[in-house]
Amino acid sequence: MSVWDFIITNAPALAIAVPLLGAFLTPLIYRAGRKTALIWVLSVLGFTEFLALLLVYLVNTYGIQVYVFGGNPSTLAIPPDSGGIPIRIIFTVDGMSAFTALISSTIGLVAGIYSVASEKGRGAQDKFFALLLLLVVGMMGMALTGDLFNFFVFLEINSLSAAALVSYRIHGGKAVEAAFKYAVVSSIGALMILFAIAILYGEYDALNMAMIAERMYQTGFSAMDMIAMALIVVTLAMKCGAVPMHYWVPDGYGEAPGEISAMIMVASQASLYGLFRMCFTVFGLSANTHSLGWFLIILGLLSMFIGVTMAFLQHDIKRLMAYHSVSQTGYMLLGVGVGLATLGTSAFNQYGLFAMEGGIFHILNNMLYKGLLFLTAGAIIYRVGTSDLNKMGGLAHTMKFTAIFYLIGALAIAGIPPFNGFVSKLMIYESVYQLNPFLAVVAAIVSMLTLASFLKVFHSAFMGPKLYNVKEVPKSMLIAMGILSFFIVLFGIFPNIAMTYLVAPAAHALADPVGYITRVLGGGA
Amino acid sequence: MNPFNPSISTPSGIWNPLVWILVFLLSLLIAYVIYLKGEKQRKKGMQEEIFLSGNKADGNTHIKASNIGWGYLEAMKGYYKLMRDIHTGIINDYVGWFLGVLATMLLIFLFWGGVR
Repeated sequence: MSVWDFIITNAPALAIAVPLLGAFLTPLIYRAGRKTALIWVLSVLGFTEFLALLLVYLVNTYGIQVYVFGGNPSTLAIPPDSGGIPIRIIFTVDGMSAFTALISSTIGLVAGIYSVASEKGRGAQDKFFALLLLLVVGMMGMALTGDLFNFFVFLEINSLSAAALVSYRIHGGKAVEAAFKYAVVSSIGALMILFAIAILYGEYDALNMAMIAERMYQTGFSAMDMIAMALIVVTLAMKCGAVPMHYWVPDGYGEAPGEISAMIMVASQASLYGLFRMCFTVFGLSANTHSLGWFLIILGLLSMFIGVTMAFLQHDIKRLMAYHSVSQTGYMLLGVGVGLATLGTSAFNQYGLFAMEGGIFHILNNMLYKGLLFLTAGAIIYRVGTSDLNKMGGLAHTMKFTAIFYLIGALAIAGIPPFNGFVSKLMIYESVYQLNPFLAVVAAIVSMLTLASFLKVFHSAFMGPKLYNVKEVPKSMLIAMGILSFFIVLFGIFPNIAMTYLVAPAAHALADPVGYITRVLGGGA
Repeated sequence: MNPFNPSISTPSGIWNPLVWILVFLLSLLIAYVIYLKGEKQRKKGMQEEIFLSGNKADGNTHIKASNIGWGYLEAMKGYYKLMRDIHTGIINDYVGWFLGVLATMLLIFLFWGGVR
């Protein structure tokens, strides 16, 4: 077997193994010097990005990829002597998994490039980069696994590494307090998920998502299933920062370094992926998806409105952006919630699928523009030394590139054409309007408030007289921001590139739980 | 679907960013033409001075973030008081809200019916 064949055959496992190995070797390699360690970390992140792209290609070309750990061949989901149960850990990569893995590895790579300069001179960088890689492992693992307990393990890796990274800059104890809060809510959430997994395992003798979904469909949706579903859905909604469980978001995002805020924001979207995976694939065939969809829609509406109005109140740039993350999560919940509420009805083909595509496209767009905005906030703090907007002003005089990147991100998040945010918002407005016009009206008002809020930041930080005699940020930080800006403009002008290769396959994968189950239980081939 | 086709069809229309850019550039051109047709004899002086809320500003004035949107925040004072009261920053409350939503979801499914 050639190296290329080996990579193709084992791509799902390598997508986890490479950053995991990279993380544990980083402190060791750091002893050879910072430069060597940075080359190592960026190489690992670059290769992980390549593997994520490869997974997208494989899924788009050959369909769902099933990878069985220890299986011979690696697609043997149900061994002949297993009693018809997929007993091994199985990674199941469909369009939605590959999509989430790609956005996770992309933000990891961008954050890695940004950190080259932004963290220079700080202590414990070996641990910082090891944790950054572990966070990538957590996100990728949550996206790729088809096993519920395995999902829990990756969720824990995700939460613990994110909590440790939030407290990286101690900031007079504020960052440590934020990390503590994040760790507490994550741990309680994880316990709830573990409890739900135990309920499902007790009922169905299986941990594989496809197997549980199939058996639940055969035996009917029980009261215990309802409890398990509530535990999982509400916990993952909390982890993705949905109102009224969003309180940890401004604390966590606000105190983390800029690039880590961007990564934790995508880590929250990995939880959003988990939420969608559970709602559509595990419970979608058996539970009342209409009620479940409306539950997500209501959470989405609350998140959009309370997120944006709370953002406008803030004068700390990071907390302001954190509240906007809550608001943007609302759009995703709204779009996909409408898809879920209409699943199995004629309305699904009329507008439900389009709403889902809008919601999923918004996840990608949010990763790009929100990631960019967090990086610009990090760049401002890097030079000015404060996150208080009241103390800022006139930065566009000297930080011209940062100002341009900020404007691109701000216009994109506010849904101003021709940037990418407009396309996904348009898709959401037009489709959710058909379910209930009120939903589209709220979404449009939230978009206007978003614009007002980001104009406030632009005026406060960049406009006015020159208050600080600061230079532009180092090149690596500009490159990281430039990469995200490029894709914001690209997907704004040519949205069908993202739609064709990423968004549509992801939406169709979510909407087809039977295809997912059949692929795993049918032997994985 | 051609990935390099900029048009997206929506349930009630079509969106083409290239057309939008073209119209935007055209509107800039029209604005420039109107600008060129403007009054050439305008007087220098007061028209170029900076005013802030009716008061003459010296050019070094900068409105701080907390003062932006004062009218909006004042109008929404009641709402923001409620929001501030809810956002306590206390971890016990975070967990309380989580458990509250969990209970609500169970009640919704109990009354609306959980089965498909």
